Amino acid sequence: MNIHEYQAKEILGKYGVSVPQGRVAFTPEEAFSIAKDVAKGGVCVVKAQIHAGGRGKAGGVKLAKSPEEAKEIAQTLLGKTLVTHQTGPLGKEVKKVLVEEGCNIKRELYIGLVIDRSKQRVVLMASSEGGVEIEEVAAKHPEKILKETVDPAVGLIPFQARRLAFSLGLDKALVGKTVKFMTALYNAFVGSDASLAEINPLVITEEGTVIALDAKIGIDDNALFRHKDIEYMRDLDEEDPKEVEASREDLNYISLDGNIGCMVNGAGLAMATMDIIKLYGGEPANFLDVGGGATKDQVKAAFKILLSDKKVKAVLVNIFGGIMRCDIIAEGIVAAAKEVSIGVPLVVRLEGTNVKEGKQILDTSEINIITAEGMTDAAEKVVAATSANV
Amino acid sequence: MSILVNKDTRVVCQGITGSHGAFHTRQAVEYGTNVVGGVTPGKGGTEFDGVPVFDTVSEAVKKTEANASVIYVPAAFAADAIMEAVDSGVELVVCITEGIPVLDMVRVKRFMEGKKTRLVGPNCPGVITPEECKIGIMPGYIHKPGKVGVISRSGTLTYEAVHQLSLIGLGQSTCVGIGGDPVNGSNFVDILRLFEEDKDTEAVVMIGEIGGSAEEEAADFIKNNMSKPVVGFVAGMTAPKGKRMGHAGAIISGGKGTAQEKIEAMESAGITVVKSPADMGKAVFEKIGNN
Repeated sequence: MNIHEYQAKEILGKYGVSVPQGRVAFTPEEAFSIAKDVAKGGVCVVKAQIHAGGRGKAGGVKLAKSPEEAKEIAQTLLGKTLVTHQTGPLGKEVKKVLVEEGCNIKRELYIGLVIDRSKQRVVLMASSEGGVEIEEVAAKHPEKILKETVDPAVGLIPFQARRLAFSLGLDKALVGKTVKFMTALYNAFVGSDASLAEINPLVITEEGTVIALDAKIGIDDNALFRHKDIEYMRDLDEEDPKEVEASREDLNYISLDGNIGCMVNGAGLAMATMDIIKLYGGEPANFLDVGGGATKDQVKAAFKILLSDKKVKAVLVNIFGGIMRCDIIAEGIVAAAKEVSIGVPLVVRLEGTNVKEGKQILDTSEINIITAEGMTDAAEKVVAATSANV
Repeated sequence: MSILVNKDTRVVCQGITGSHGAFHTRQAVEYGTNVVGGVTPGKGGTEFDGVPVFDTVSEAVKKTEANASVIYVPAAFAADAIMEAVDSGVELVVCITEGIPVLDMVRVKRFMEGKKTRLVGPNCPGVITPEECKIGIMPGYIHKPGKVGVISRSGTLTYEAVHQLSLIGLGQSTCVGIGGDPVNGSNFVDILRLFEEDKDTEAVVMIGEIGGSAEEEAADFIKNNMSKPVVGFVAGMTAPKGKRMGHAGAIISGGKGTAQEKIEAMESAGITVVKSPADMGKAVFEKIGNN
């Protein structure tokens, strides 16, 4: 789960990671009063809160010299659609801004925590190249990314943090503060079951403090059950409405750009189904995994979500029944067809447990179904049906 | 011959009295798997379909001489269950549970260091040696005994491969689902090594997907260590970047872990990578025939 910068800073603050003083504002008036509180006569920063990087370049981060100016900036940002290299061409509407104290930047660094899948451990990364995208640094100057692998039994050991701090070329006086910062960041990462935490930039101020100017945190969805306080941070406005609807039904759905809707059981088979559609000249409209133990109601819901996408010109159902029995899927298709008018060609490929019963249910229903044998046949048929229906 | 499990494997089921554990234990027993015990804390001393239930894994192992465990407990308690099984000293732990927090798995892997137990999964369909032992949730009847090893990160896509093999007359030595999580027990290399050593496995089907670099590591291993032919498929050519495709581990992050990269690595290691998921069985047949 992705969260906003202001929420990430809230979590970090709880673990003692130093962050600028600030709060989120939903109106220009709120921005004014927060600016008055936090800027203390100095400058403050107004930052658009959307789930995408590259906000600065897109004009979503601005300096304000007075609370009045903060209010004006908030006025222009709120309701504006911001297009960054991560939002896609349609951009994202700004619904809230973070107003925080400004600081005197002396140096910008990068610190990140990730789970290294090959090492199967948490890795702390640091780079002197702060403020630029780390992928860019990794591609051009991999030697500038320093890493420490953390043993989960003992956690981040001070010497590891110290080794990174000295390698970054920090003054003696700053090393202690940076070690404290890294340790707090590691504790926040583990304590909140993060899958990613990036501080970019980490700022060394003219006054000699170490502070997280920006913060990005991703949370492991599988761990949300033990973090109710974080779960409420989910911002549905930032997600695709069809994906939100699907997650309510415990379905895995992801929107794509094509026009062939897919309903498949199992994530791997669902991806393979998208791939084979493409291989035969079609374009998948979505990824949809109905899971291993989906009920009739879930299948029905899956169908409704698929068909709510107006781009969809044909639907392919590809089920390999293991735990998921083909007759259950067939009942779901029939039940859904009775409630929503399908209106586009429907190709169904069933295989596995209770396949005969499943096919019989489909055959004896009054729905118009193109049945297929095997994935190749299914792909060819759905691509042909799509071309005929465009 | 086979790898990991055979007719002598003695299985305990952790979570045997839960709905998944109960359902799949019955299916496994029907298939012929030797389920010798179950574990549900607090239900020790009772029976499940005539199988004795214990409070702890160590007690179950001591009383039944089990050498493998299968785990169906809910995600919140699964890491604990894996470590309990490892501590009991069984040779093999198969964890079916989906949705275990990744940092729990990081701790599990640390706990397992230096111990002899092998973990398969989590978030996987399990392990099956056809007509001998089925540990997991796969439909048993699609499998036929034979000489092709199957290893995969996906469940239903494995069934698809097995079905194609069986239809074309190629049986399987053992099928192993290593699971779709970013941090898991056995990886491709661990299982490929076993297939290479198994004298009755003649060819291997390896099914990968986007995310991580397990396929690249496997390609490297195959190039340097494997004499047997390997047929591969990688799911997710059409998957968008930055989106988690159902499995926790199936995500292209920072532009890394694409299907294209994986296919290139596998092809350069001499693996026959099929473009269509419908061609997995056929490609193995072209390598070894079905004698």
